[in-house]
Amino acid sequence: MSASVTAEAGAGRGEAETSEFLVEARGIVKKFGAFTANDQVDLAIRPGEIHALLGENGAGKSTLVKMLYGSLQPTAGRIFWKGEPVVVTDPGRARDLGIGMVFQHFSLFEALSVTENIALALPNASDMNALAARIASVSRDYGLPLEPRATVADLSVGERQRIEIVRCLLQEPKLLIMDEPTAVLTPQEADQLFLTLERLASEGCAVLYISHRLEEVKRLCHASTILRHGKVVARVDPSKETAASLARLMVGADVHAIRPKHARVAGPTRLYVDQLDLPANGPFAVALQKVSLELRAGEILAIAGVAGNGQSELFDALSGERRVDRAGAVVIEGEPCGHLGVGERRELGAAFVPEERLGHGAVPAFRLSENVVLTRDSIFADAARRLLGFLDFRAADETAARVSSAYDVRKGKPDPEARSLSGGNLQKFVVGRELDRKPLVLVVNQPTWGVDAGAAALIRQALVDLAADGAGVLVISQDLDEIFEIADRIAVISRGALSPGYDAHVMTLEKVGLLMGGAHGGSEAIEGALKLREADGRAY
Amino acid sequence: MDQSALLAVLLTIVTASTPLLLAALGELVTERAGVLNLGVEGMMVMGAVAGFAAALTTGSPHLGILAAAAAGALLAVPFGVLTLNLVANQVATGLALTLLGLGLSGLIGERFVGQPGVRLQKLQIPGLTDIPFVGPLLFGQDILVYLSIVLAVVVSWVVFRSRTGLILRAVGDNHASAHALGYSVIRVRWAAVLFGGALSGLGGGYLSLAYTPQWIENMTAGRGWIALALVVFSSWLPSRLVIGAYLFGAVTILGFFVQGLGVGVPAQLLSSLPYIVTIAALVVISTRRGRARADTPACLGQPFVPDR
Repeated sequence: MSASVTAEAGAGRGEAETSEFLVEARGIVKKFGAFTANDQVDLAIRPGEIHALLGENGAGKSTLVKMLYGSLQPTAGRIFWKGEPVVVTDPGRARDLGIGMVFQHFSLFEALSVTENIALALPNASDMNALAARIASVSRDYGLPLEPRATVADLSVGERQRIEIVRCLLQEPKLLIMDEPTAVLTPQEADQLFLTLERLASEGCAVLYISHRLEEVKRLCHASTILRHGKVVARVDPSKETAASLARLMVGADVHAIRPKHARVAGPTRLYVDQLDLPANGPFAVALQKVSLELRAGEILAIAGVAGNGQSELFDALSGERRVDRAGAVVIEGEPCGHLGVGERRELGAAFVPEERLGHGAVPAFRLSENVVLTRDSIFADAARRLLGFLDFRAADETAARVSSAYDVRKGKPDPEARSLSGGNLQKFVVGRELDRKPLVLVVNQPTWGVDAGAAALIRQALVDLAADGAGVLVISQDLDEIFEIADRIAVISRGALSPGYDAHVMTLEKVGLLMGGAHGGSEAIEGALKLREADGRAY
Repeated sequence: MDQSALLAVLLTIVTASTPLLLAALGELVTERAGVLNLGVEGMMVMGAVAGFAAALTTGSPHLGILAAAAAGALLAVPFGVLTLNLVANQVATGLALTLLGLGLSGLIGERFVGQPGVRLQKLQIPGLTDIPFVGPLLFGQDILVYLSIVLAVVVSWVVFRSRTGLILRAVGDNHASAHALGYSVIRVRWAAVLFGGALSGLGGGYLSLAYTPQWIENMTAGRGWIALALVVFSSWLPSRLVIGAYLFGAVTILGFFVQGLGVGVPAQLLSSLPYIVTIAALVVISTRRGRARADTPACLGQPFVPDR
């Protein structure tokens, strides 16, 4: 680790120096009941600085920025704006000061137009036509093209984020807070965002940047504050660190790298999808168009794509939550099962882990043992029990305990309700529950979404091991780092169409990005396809 | 059919449609804010009894109108406290509100049963009202008829053209985002619930002051439910609501009219016509499910708890 870590006491800031900072938080404490989310946190940002706020999930990053933005009030501590103490009572006050925020989960109104969405954040905007013209000019000026009259529901995730950014820009902010802005962007869109942020910084605007992607933090940010368990553990210059040293500071221990597995032997076909069409089931849903894929024993096929391009529809069609009339559209272990439901597909040896762990993957109010029964009822029913309809809860308890210990599920009591587990622990349990069945085919949607680094590494390792043992693993993920870490082959889903699966070692971030945006139509698509062909030529 | 009979039918259609339009307009605003108040029937019937009582005791039908609106808004207060402040289930609370309104109005109205009421006078503009056929239809209605049309225009303008309406729609579309931007979701919803209550009360008051100036227990006879269906029927658009309200008013009156002609159709079937049309309209709308869901306020019926 490079030795630029400044001790917790801070960089010896004197009172006289405070005015050099645009915003300064001193001794911030935030308690939720008995839980301390922020403990004596100090944070100082200069004008024109892109400042990274780093930490694992639950380290207190979002809590801290919500207090800066006035959505939450600190239990103790003070906030200084240009050296003057201020109380940020609500987001309106924050906007008056010149603080803009782009949220992790977008704060947009789907049924409203772009202009209306932006007007809601500008208290003095009354002339909609003038505002629309301003939006068009500012968005063009910053290279963030937007159609002011479009309805948000019709827009892609990247376009939605542009709305959020333009909304902040129109407020002429002096501090822009961005909470994980690139999590939902294609690499190309992220590059465009970095250009915009660098330009803003050069114009004197400070940026507080929250991200899990350490490479982009290294590239973009001038300074960083690292939180662990609600406390500041380091202040470093990220450009002088490595991604590994930053991760070590965040986690407080080495994050173990995924063990590479043995050379893959192409085994028999586990899952075969043939020209699967699925109509959209709502105005904002995506239709699947002639999706074909083949998943063989021993491999991990990853499906990349920007959220909302048909991932959940594909998962539903594979798991049997939505059936198709043509049985041959989905073939599991040689058995046509397009018309079969979830339970029947499980009996063929398939297992499914949906994206939404609480409410879809597990019933919140059920104990873990009861949640075990839900995906494995047939196993607990021997002939006599099946006849009478009784369940073997002792076996369920044992299974829950086995899964918990095998996958390091940390919990308060032996058999708690699913909702009392933290996101990472519940995800480990939901994945472990399926792996415990030793499935032949595993389909998992967003395996490590919103899960901290330690749990994510454990889950990814488990997926790699499962494939090594001869199962076929299909991973749908938006996290490209994850995909490149574990996948043997990579396909990209875009607007409901699936690209062919490319070998992971010939895929590049750029190529994935082109495929992500490639099918979006127009000359862009043709250009993308041409570039892709070039890239292909080089790779082979 | 001669002209005077046709005029009579058209005039009654207007009177039958106005209470539906008033109540549905109020509910439309409430639902645009994301609150589903199934207590329209209860608030209407409270408006009916309060309007009747106030007009009878003071002799002024205009005070009756005010009392009707106030009574509707007053009954919406417990709904607001329960669903907005205490985050109770909106459907259950709304149903309870209807039962409460029906019971309470019966109790209050007991001593008014059979008494002749005070009728809200129709407009009389010399010259204009005297024009044959068109005069009475356009210039000879009571003020509530005109008020209901004006309100429809105003609500339409406010909801889609004004900043207030933008905030109202924002709260109904995504309350978490509205809160994050610093808008008080609870306050906006309170205003919408009270407005909805007042207009429901007004719709009920119209029944006991203009439609049939007397008090009969349960005199709303399910009109609150039709108003609720109308809001869905109109896809939450005030302009379509006007069309829908008059369509349902017309169906109701045509039922009576056909009976009067002595056509051999059972009277029960004819009087159930509006409800059959309501069901048919809802079925048609739900088959266009995709589109209807896009129009629906996304947070409709969802409770909102601001984070700490």
